[in-house]
Amino acid sequence: MIGWKSLSRSNIVWSLVALAALLVFNLFFTPNFMHVEIREGHLYGNLIDILKNGAPIMLLAIGMTLVIATKGIDISVGSLVAVSAGAVAILIGGDLAGHPRYPILVAMLGALLVCGVAGMWNGMLVSRIGMQPIIATLILFVAGRGIAMLFTNSMQIWLYAKPFAILGQGYVVGLPFDIYIVAFILLMTYLVTRRTAVGMFIEAVGINPTAARFSGINSRNIIFWVYTFSGLCAGIAGLIVCSTVMNADGNNAGRLFELDAILAVVLGGTSLNGGKFYLLGSLIGALIIQTLTVTIYAFGVPADVAPVVKALVVWAFCLLQSPKFRLMIARAFVRKGVSA
Amino acid sequence: MRSLPVFVTLGLFIIMFGIGSVAFPGFFAVQNFLNLFIDNSYLLILAVGMTFVIISGGIDLSVGSVLALSGMVTASLLEKVHMSPVLVIPIVLIMGTALGLFMGYLIQSFDLPPFIVTLAGLYLARGLCYIVSLFTIAVRNPFFVKTAHAQIFVLGSNFLSPGAIVAIVVVLAAFFVSRYTKFGRTVFAIGGSETSAVLMGLPVARTKIGIYALSGFCSALGGIVFTLYTLSGYGLNGSGMELDTIATVVIGGTLLTGGAGNILGTVLGVFVYGTIQTLIVFQGTLNSWWTRIAIGFLVFVFCVLQRAFETRRSVAVSGSELKKASGAQPAA
Repeated sequence: MIGWKSLSRSNIVWSLVALAALLVFNLFFTPNFMHVEIREGHLYGNLIDILKNGAPIMLLAIGMTLVIATKGIDISVGSLVAVSAGAVAILIGGDLAGHPRYPILVAMLGALLVCGVAGMWNGMLVSRIGMQPIIATLILFVAGRGIAMLFTNSMQIWLYAKPFAILGQGYVVGLPFDIYIVAFILLMTYLVTRRTAVGMFIEAVGINPTAARFSGINSRNIIFWVYTFSGLCAGIAGLIVCSTVMNADGNNAGRLFELDAILAVVLGGTSLNGGKFYLLGSLIGALIIQTLTVTIYAFGVPADVAPVVKALVVWAFCLLQSPKFRLMIARAFVRKGVSA
Repeated sequence: MRSLPVFVTLGLFIIMFGIGSVAFPGFFAVQNFLNLFIDNSYLLILAVGMTFVIISGGIDLSVGSVLALSGMVTASLLEKVHMSPVLVIPIVLIMGTALGLFMGYLIQSFDLPPFIVTLAGLYLARGLCYIVSLFTIAVRNPFFVKTAHAQIFVLGSNFLSPGAIVAIVVVLAAFFVSRYTKFGRTVFAIGGSETSAVLMGLPVARTKIGIYALSGFCSALGGIVFTLYTLSGYGLNGSGMELDTIATVVIGGTLLTGGAGNILGTVLGVFVYGTIQTLIVFQGTLNSWWTRIAIGFLVFVFCVLQRAFETRRSVAVSGSELKKASGAQPAA
């Protein structure tokens, strides 16, 4: 039996409550929000859109969760999305007739390889050279967009190779294709981290790297691979982003994605101080962000103003998670009770 | 020993300026050096605020957006409300400081991570920009236009802009504050070890909130200077500038772990950044994106240097402590 007390302390419950509250709010105030219909054999509706458009952030959040669990952070993922999009675009080529320069699968693997190597670079800086994660990944954050622009020669490349569009626009059994990608990566990550000892190793490194090393865990390798994995996730997200709009824009692809991904992880209950991580929580976090965005748009708020609401939600959520704030509120209530 | 990173940055700056002077005619000129102040005045001001934050062991990601917001508010108050600059400038400065103060309060009073709190600040300020206006606001206020075009002559026919003068004043003031005031020394103490600073009875809470307020003030001032530089306000201004700012502070030799740093180093960091941009402009054929790649590379080099430095220092410290301990034994 899980009591209310332990439930209310578990952060994942709070993120579920937040998501539920958002959905209920929309149910009452946004017309047709819960409406899902079948059109041309595909499911259509706001809920499906949230899942579909949230896919890149969800992927980034999965990689970011493991990084944050080791007490790290990876702010290069947004730029890596642009790098991946640029790489795949240049490998497929902007041929108007839709003939890819290299086979599409090869192009996609090429882009993933680039992002994997970028992730390894991050991992090497953090684990071998011992740089602070935020700075180590700052390097690729700054340089990444430059690299993406060099790939595409500072131009936006439009793609016409039809089969590549499946990734971001295709449907399988009524559901968008990218949802399956997210589900697959999540399942794999879950199996590797929770059905083997890897997840425990990652948490151990995040809680106390020295203690982890003394207990025989190769902390440096764990950290190295976690960043590599995050780079790969960014690569996949980049492929989806590129395929959704069939365009690679080194300047804007994945802009501020790193912030959304970090936000998703924090909303999902994983602490920035490392240690215990919640993959599912991060996914819920990504959904909260996406739902919030849709809600804001539904109210006719211009897309550019949406960050204001996001910021207020983040501050409110951080405060709710802060023990000091909870204590303050509790005291305020007690004082009221005494005086009354 | 402590100022070695600053000398490394100075050497790098001299070498890069030297390469430019040899390779391009007209590069080696007093005006070209002064242009570093003129073209990077706002970055200099942001970087000064950021130096304090990083020395204290924190980080402020909101500076770029607060710069944009300040520019937007300045432009709209001047052009839409037709308020006098005498009122507009203090209002904007107070706004920036208040935002910084609020973030500092959240960070200090509720133990929230600076990274997340200022990240939300980034979102907030960026969004508020578009509440002010979705479009570019051109500034035609006579005072601003006149100030923007003013040239202040120094060293013969070479000149500085008013924005550059403001930046220089900020740098000098910050240098004084960081070295010779209680606030400045407390910032270093907090960065060295917050617990020790508390135990020493230093006003840690007040100082920490003050640091973020100071950074907010610098961002707002940077926004006004940026408005002078571009004579317009636009919501996308300064996007990514927070990381450029952090990069220049790191290149300037401030330790990201906090506790050590130097305002003059930050100035040199901004110079290095500006020189890279000037070199690429002079070269002419290189894609401007190489600036970003070069900055990324420099951050990498400096971080590796910092690491090597820290390891050496910690070895030296533990060595001297050992000596002290062994020396103390016979006396006891």
